[in-house]
Amino acid sequence: MIPVLDVRGLAFAYPDGHQALYGVDLHVHAGERVALLGPNGAGKTTLVLHLNGILSGGAGSVTVSGLPVVTDNLAEVRRRVGIVFQDPDDQLFLGTVRQDVAFGPANLGIKGAALERRVMHALDQVGMADFVDRPPHHLSFGQRRRVAVATVLAMEPEILVLDEPSSNLDPTSRRELADILRGLDVTVLMVTHDLPYALELCPRSVVLSDGVVVADRSTYDVLTDEELMAAHRLELPWGFDPRSIGSLPA
Amino acid sequence: MGAGHGHRLFFHGHSVVHRAPAHLKVLALVGFMLVVVALPRQAYVAHGAAALVLLAVIAVSRVPLRYLAPRMVIEVPFAVFAVLMPFVSHGPRTEVLGVAVSEPGLVAGAALLMKGTIGVLASLTFAATTEADDLLRGLQRLRVPDLLVQIMGFMIRYLDVVTGEMRRMVVAMRSRGCEPRSPRHWPVLARSLGALFIRSYERGERVHHAMLSRGYTGRLP
Repeated sequence: MIPVLDVRGLAFAYPDGHQALYGVDLHVHAGERVALLGPNGAGKTTLVLHLNGILSGGAGSVTVSGLPVVTDNLAEVRRRVGIVFQDPDDQLFLGTVRQDVAFGPANLGIKGAALERRVMHALDQVGMADFVDRPPHHLSFGQRRRVAVATVLAMEPEILVLDEPSSNLDPTSRRELADILRGLDVTVLMVTHDLPYALELCPRSVVLSDGVVVADRSTYDVLTDEELMAAHRLELPWGFDPRSIGSLPA
Repeated sequence: MGAGHGHRLFFHGHSVVHRAPAHLKVLALVGFMLVVVALPRQAYVAHGAAALVLLAVIAVSRVPLRYLAPRMVIEVPFAVFAVLMPFVSHGPRTEVLGVAVSEPGLVAGAALLMKGTIGVLASLTFAATTEADDLLRGLQRLRVPDLLVQIMGFMIRYLDVVTGEMRRMVVAMRSRGCEPRSPRHWPVLARSLGALFIRSYERGERVHHAMLSRGYTGRLP
């Protein structure tokens, strides 16, 4: 089976000489929910920006459902890989929720009633259909995060990539977003520092540290491997014990 | 932007003026202003007629004058200048209330005040009856270059975000004993404005990434 996401030997240095990735290998198969863990500065965001060709030019390759991420394929790659960025204010830049959610599919050439259907379906999936005519900057942070997810769902991606989906959310919004993500029928790659969130949502975890993948196994195994955790600056919140929760069925 | 509907100058309503297509309103405003500016300075009746037309539009729009009046303070610097003109201009003198003033200065000041007041009131009426979004669409329909319209749209969208960031920076400065009002601390303020510029620039890059990720190719749909 062709993986939805196939990253091989990806290395990248920024123009200022800072090397962020030193040969990353990562495979995500259809229907999986995978957490990408790692300390600050591990190269997680750099990796994410390679998945749809925003960054490129280093060594290695990225393939999305068999389609290589190269300049000629960018339009299709960006439809297949939906990235939800960390700050919803970066993602919601138009006057109303409707325009923002329609932005992606409209760029794909979808118009009229079909576009409207996509917008409303995406908003339904995140429970924000009632806010379709509101300006995004008048919504609460949690609502903006959900609309940001909808802007990407509207493109009907094959894989949803979320950069720190639970950051800055209050506990209720955090839980609501988890319910939404669990209910989606889409492959998910989730970058996060929120280890309990990873355990709750993603059966499998990949640990990125200093630009290389240092672990790729079940989230439960990662979180209970104290040596690995300590070596890569990963820490569970005080009082949280994965053993008392157990592993998600893979 | 203010809370709820529209921007700070917007007055929520459903009048004919509110519903009129934005591009027609832009054309009407620009045309009206060109006429008012072109009127001879001493054509007081014509100025009065223009003012009446404007007041009629305001009446139809149901935007209360009480709402528009306080927002006209923006004109004050010009008004002060207009009032000073008769005193500082040269030319033949005339007496007004026992004070000798320059006659050409008086005419010029009065003209400036009339044209300025009509212009400000007309613009405020336009702003009070047009949502920012409609204005952008109107400009698009008037074939204003796409890039300019997009830039204006982003400015409107991110004005709040950037001023919010500025506010937080000032609060953080104050919390550490720096008073941005005092000239002694102006260098710090200047540096923080530089930092704000860089932050905004970086946000611009992130927004651009988010747009590219959703298939942006240079034209807003």
